[in-house]
Amino acid sequence: MSNVGLIVGRELKAYVRSPLGYAAAAGVLLIDGIWFMAKALGGPAEKRLSASVLAEFFNGATGTTAILAIALAMRLIAAEHDAGTLVLLKTSPIRDWEIVFGKFLSVMLVLLAITAMTAYMPLLILKNGKVSVGHLLVGYSGVLLLGASVTAIGLFASALAKNQVVAAILSAVLTGAMYLWWLVAKIADPPVTEVLEGLAIHHLRMRDFMTGSLRLENVVYYLAVAFFFLLASVKTLEARRWR
Amino acid sequence: MIEVRELSKYYGETKAVGPLDFTIEKGQVIGLLGLNGAGKTTTLRMLSSELLPTSGRMLVDGIDLAEEPDQIRSKIGYLPDRPPLYGEMRVREFLEFAGRLRGMPALGLMKRVNEVLALTSLVAHGDARIDTLSHGFRQRVGIAQAIVHTPALLLLDEPINGLDPVQIVEMRELIRSLRGEHTIVLSSHILSEISETCDRLLVLVDGRIVTEGTEEELAERMTPGFDVRVVARGDAAAILEQVEKVDGVRAARRLDGKAVASEYRADPAVVAVHVTADRDVREALCKALVGGDIGVLEVMRAEPELESIFLQLAGSANDLEALDGEGNES
Repeated sequence: MSNVGLIVGRELKAYVRSPLGYAAAAGVLLIDGIWFMAKALGGPAEKRLSASVLAEFFNGATGTTAILAIALAMRLIAAEHDAGTLVLLKTSPIRDWEIVFGKFLSVMLVLLAITAMTAYMPLLILKNGKVSVGHLLVGYSGVLLLGASVTAIGLFASALAKNQVVAAILSAVLTGAMYLWWLVAKIADPPVTEVLEGLAIHHLRMRDFMTGSLRLENVVYYLAVAFFFLLASVKTLEARRWR
Repeated sequence: MIEVRELSKYYGETKAVGPLDFTIEKGQVIGLLGLNGAGKTTTLRMLSSELLPTSGRMLVDGIDLAEEPDQIRSKIGYLPDRPPLYGEMRVREFLEFAGRLRGMPALGLMKRVNEVLALTSLVAHGDARIDTLSHGFRQRVGIAQAIVHTPALLLLDEPINGLDPVQIVEMRELIRSLRGEHTIVLSSHILSEISETCDRLLVLVDGRIVTEGTEEELAERMTPGFDVRVVARGDAAAILEQVEKVDGVRAARRLDGKAVASEYRADPAVVAVHVTADRDVREALCKALVGGDIGVLEVMRAEPELESIFLQLAGSANDLEALDGEGNES
């Protein structure tokens, strides 16, 4: 695991030293803040339940987190390939899974830090409204689990592509497709409907988290998506040794 | 110490390199010589374990790369044609990172990094961001990352590419200073570089080693016989006539004025002649020329230059086929 720590450390330093990390944090805080003002504090004149305001906040946060995950993950391997530094990792006694997991973990730590900075908004609801701490924790768990899945998708795209732009487009297309399964489900017949709805990365799965309902199957789903794409990233790196 | 057996690389149906067979003794500096596209980089990528071979084996100190890749990787330092550097890192920090990646313990790492900084003349730039360094210094950092873990085998792909003449001399001295501590394989298409730095040459053409040996051995193999250069004062036709009379001389030809030493160039009567003979005919040539009343200024053995050897090797497919057999026997 020390190799994983080495990769995580280098990646985190790279974020701190580049404008990307700061720009991403500023962008997320700005958009989440605007969303919170417009959807949660603004909106219809009639009184709303604190829980629905919190759910609305998490709905917006999932969008910004997914975009943030794509932006942070696109460079992970593609940039190394582009700069010629991947060879340093590939010729060192470090396993491909350690490279992939270290990079994944670094993005997750950045996501966690930036997501933590948005906590003042739900805390305002917690203080002034009637929501439970559990709802808040479950909502944030959903946001981070979605972030983990999209990061893994982005990492896979970054391993496939040779430059960051292509990696970003590819991960956006893959994530978009995973978002939109539920639309396809609408025009499908059972049992395909259930399967497609179950595969959709946001629709039903995230609704539970947003409303403060923690279901094991949803947690397993997001972990499985993350694991699948991390494994695909490792296999892609391994395959690259033949080219 | 390093054994390469039947190593090949195919991309689909297209053969890029191989089969390669060679052995490198500990502490040797080996030059991988070939034109662009000959397979030098692919060979080094396979030796560095960056690229997996389609077939064949590579053993370092008896350990098979396919069986113990991590153990082998910690014994190899590799500088690709483009140094693998993280621009946002500082030189010292990057070398520590490279050392830890290769499995060096934290204890002693700082000391080794300081040694490597001194060896590569980077002490003054230890705290500089890598992306602020000039190409020459970046190349030095590239070498530094390759040697920080004291690898048994050091692979350098075109290490002087893009360097100015002063940097080339410095890089050459640096590579020479690494001799002994590391076994070095360096690739180049620059003949003088190979000639200046390496103990032994492997000549690659179309992905195959067509011949190997020291520069002298290659010269011997390519130009069997004895070459002599004669510088004399007299009529050129008379000199050639006297030379061709000597028993054992196969051919003689007049060289251009550049072959004459500078102190004789002002004298139009001074002529340089290249003689190819079956054996050492220097004594007989002297006698014949003096007997012909010709003023002998120099009679010396002429060494065929690496450039002409290489051009012969790369130039003729027929020669290559013939040499392939010879190279494998040597």
